[in-house]
Amino acid sequence: MIVDILISASLVISGIFGLVGSIGIIKLPDPMMRLHAPTKATTLGVGGALIASMLYFEFVLGRFSFHELMITLFLFLTAPITGHFIAKVHLHLGHKPEDLPPTGSDRPWASYESDAARAAVETPESAVNEVARKGE
Amino acid sequence: MIGYALTFAFGCFGLALLLNIYRIVNAPTVGDRILALDTMVINAIALLALFGILEGTAVYFEASMLIAMTGFISTVSYTRYLLRGDIIE
Repeated sequence: MIVDILISASLVISGIFGLVGSIGIIKLPDPMMRLHAPTKATTLGVGGALIASMLYFEFVLGRFSFHELMITLFLFLTAPITGHFIAKVHLHLGHKPEDLPPTGSDRPWASYESDAARAAVETPESAVNEVARKGE
Repeated sequence: MIGYALTFAFGCFGLALLLNIYRIVNAPTVGDRILALDTMVINAIALLALFGILEGTAVYFEASMLIAMTGFISTVSYTRYLLRGDIIE
């Protein structure tokens, strides 16, 4: 009975979160805001569905399966990476570098710094100096 | 009770999939389109997991693992292509 309640609760919560994530990418006004909805809410939703599936196979059908754990792990590892890449696409296609808030140093945002400029600044000596400066 | 919850979750994820299709058809920017495709893959994985509960077999988890991998690779390659103009440099 308790297991039934647990499985049903995970299923309902996962359904609500999945739906909220998909409503979010339609309703929210700004591209960066729209990025939040699927990467957080939908990932939690699918995690809930997989937890419900694990509980069901373990306690109702009586055979343990760890495939769900693998899928959950894979999704939780890859969701931040895809979110980061899509955020970079939004930055590069929708914003000019001068529209962004200041970084607080003389270097630009990391995504806009060319490889040559970064290599010129980040020599090994300068990295040591940076660490020494931060240690003060 | 599990049956009702399962039906509710099926309805939610199905509706979510429809909303994603709507977003793919009319997206304001190309980044939103990639985001909607990525969300669609995740919702499809959830639907497959629910279908595995309904049928009581573990066959669908292999399929959802494969879909998760191809979805991740395709999203990364789309975004790499938009950022760099090239996928493998």
